[in-house]
Amino acid sequence: MSTLTAEELSATTLLRFATAGSVDDGKSTLVGRLLHDSKSVLTDQLEAVERVSASRGQEGPDLALLTDGLRAEREQGITIDVAYRYFATARRRFILADTPGHVQYTRNMVTGASTAELTVILVDARNGVVEQTRRHAAIAALLRVPHVVLAVNKMDLVAYEEQVFARIAEEFTAYASELGVPEITAIPISALAGDNVVEPSANMDWYGGPTVLEHLETVPVAHDLSHCHARLPVQYVIRPQTAEHPDYRGYAGQIAAGSFRVGESVTVLPSGRASKISAIDLLGEPVDVAWTTQSVTVLLEDDIDISRGDLIVPSKDAPATTQDIEATVCHVADQPLTVGHRVLLKHGTRTVKAIVKDIPSRLTLDDLSLHPHPGQLVANDIGRVKVRTAEALPVDSYADSRRTGSFILIDPSDGTTLTAGMVGESFASPEPVKDESEDDGWDF
Amino acid sequence: MTTTVASVSGETGTPYTLSHLDALESEAVHIFREVAGEFERPVILFSGGKDSIVMLHLALKAFAPAAIPFSLLHVDTGHNFPEVLEYRDRTVAEHGLRLHVASVQDYIDRGVLKERPDGTRNPLQTLPLTEKIQAEKFDAVFGGGRRDEEKARAKERVFSLRDEFSQWDPRRQRPELWNLYNGRHAPGEHVRVFPLSNWTELDVWQYIAREGIELPEIYFAHEREVFQRAGMWLTAGEWGGPKDGETVEKRLVRYRTVGDMSCTGAVDSDATTLDAVITEIAASRLTERGATRADDKMSEAAMEDRKREGYF
Repeated sequence: MSTLTAEELSATTLLRFATAGSVDDGKSTLVGRLLHDSKSVLTDQLEAVERVSASRGQEGPDLALLTDGLRAEREQGITIDVAYRYFATARRRFILADTPGHVQYTRNMVTGASTAELTVILVDARNGVVEQTRRHAAIAALLRVPHVVLAVNKMDLVAYEEQVFARIAEEFTAYASELGVPEITAIPISALAGDNVVEPSANMDWYGGPTVLEHLETVPVAHDLSHCHARLPVQYVIRPQTAEHPDYRGYAGQIAAGSFRVGESVTVLPSGRASKISAIDLLGEPVDVAWTTQSVTVLLEDDIDISRGDLIVPSKDAPATTQDIEATVCHVADQPLTVGHRVLLKHGTRTVKAIVKDIPSRLTLDDLSLHPHPGQLVANDIGRVKVRTAEALPVDSYADSRRTGSFILIDPSDGTTLTAGMVGESFASPEPVKDESEDDGWDF
Repeated sequence: MTTTVASVSGETGTPYTLSHLDALESEAVHIFREVAGEFERPVILFSGGKDSIVMLHLALKAFAPAAIPFSLLHVDTGHNFPEVLEYRDRTVAEHGLRLHVASVQDYIDRGVLKERPDGTRNPLQTLPLTEKIQAEKFDAVFGGGRRDEEKARAKERVFSLRDEFSQWDPRRQRPELWNLYNGRHAPGEHVRVFPLSNWTELDVWQYIAREGIELPEIYFAHEREVFQRAGMWLTAGEWGGPKDGETVEKRLVRYRTVGDMSCTGAVDSDATTLDAVITEIAASRLTERGATRADDKMSEAAMEDRKREGYF
């Protein structure tokens, strides 16, 4: 790849994506090739890998050493934690959440997928869709990752046969579509030989689609805000109280969804007070409109009481508030989550006390069956949870908003992050699990 | 600077796309504001290097038109580039900030730390840093560390909990989900916060160019008296270089990183402008640290080991 000019480098967008694959699917090789062919592995890094590989008596450089950063990982030859990697082409910058493939690290894939716009799921062409593939697809669906790539790897070991690829792609697409994965792109590759990773393969004339890199470069990252509920969690109140700005009172935050406009009527939750946006500052510059993921400061016409933790929303599109939240969760801590557990719940910029009222079911990822009333969730479990919060929260359904539909549970005794939560229905329970004793009419 | 209107259209012309620099900037500002909202005594580690300069710039934008609600902390190795110290003091004065200094030289003078045979003071920074954090009861410490710098740093969280000894335990890190950062900590513990986690060296330089941020002169090519040690060009100084057999010569060089003079090397360069620096980095076949940091070459896990002990 040729050297990029400063001009080319400035006109790029950012794509966050995650990889998922079983231990021997060739994930390291794929990541290694993407990094290597995009010039992101530099001479001194490669030399370090060669030096260590040689000292261990290995013949060639072991590219896994590039991605396994911790002593324990290098000693055991496995990836035990999410690592974030960076590479760039002339068209786009990439942040890759490199997540381990082991079954016991479901939480790591959830972590990686939570910020990803795309997930690459690797499959060994010789084995086809296996349990682990279904698990990865289920997590991508659960986390509502907008784009999924199925990379059918090791095509060189099945004589680059179209039928092998077509069969796997068809099986996966049927399964993932049923889970609700919105967009699936299947690509036949050989990460080792370099087929269809960066360069189009000469061995698979029958394939007319993009290479993995081409797809990563062109997949849309723009948000369609036309049917998004606008949401601004207030992070911090900016009050300079200086001679120059004696009355400035701005509500700073990162827009979680949708867009806001000067002059718009807004409501502040949970208080329900209404006002109008008088100005929007985009990091010191006034703007007329601001949208998702921009960090802004909003000023209102009326001097109303607003503090960190409040949510600013359009008056015509305010969410209901509730103290009873039902969600699909992934338990990420080693200590279990049990019914009656007193926790803290962080939603947007607000952290409130909460209690786990019920754990109606636990999901078996292998066949997506529900195990009723498991009593507790342990590390890497995915399940349905009912939580009662000490204060009413304006939550959205995760299906509508990944930012305002998500929360984490925290252990108040030691601050451990316990659980990742996604509000509302998920593919896992098409029929809501009804709690007869306490039907508060909450409608997802 | 680039305004919103200019960044509305991405490569496809679709509205509501942020350029990669706008996306990184917005994320970093969100992190600064989270800390301001949740912690009692945050501090920004400020060395006068480009990463900490960018951090300060982002913090200024995050709270504009109000002042930054944080003070600064410099871990002074005693082996500083004079241009960088001058820059530090000028910046602090300009923005009316409060600067704390943790001095390695003080520790050596008091006999608490011993000078290493190789003269490198980088590893000696850990104790003054961690003791200062405890003494001042800082509960959030911003660092300019980037995950692209080094493979142990690639595993680092944006909010990284440290125990009362400032230790990092990579196996006990909190998963970070969405943008819901968890800053809970017990008294005596603190959180290291890395707003530039997702930035690369090139992003930092492009952002400096876009925002017109001033840097110390040593980042640009200039004639300098240097000598060669372990394949790097080092600046002569009171810290113990050159030794016998090492000859000083005048070369056109610049620095890619700024740290302790004894272990930060210069690179041959004729890049005197930001554009030239960006072009040079985009074409470089060496990482920033591989090219210019002796301390990272000490062992395969040098960074991981130092981070475990409390290094940033």
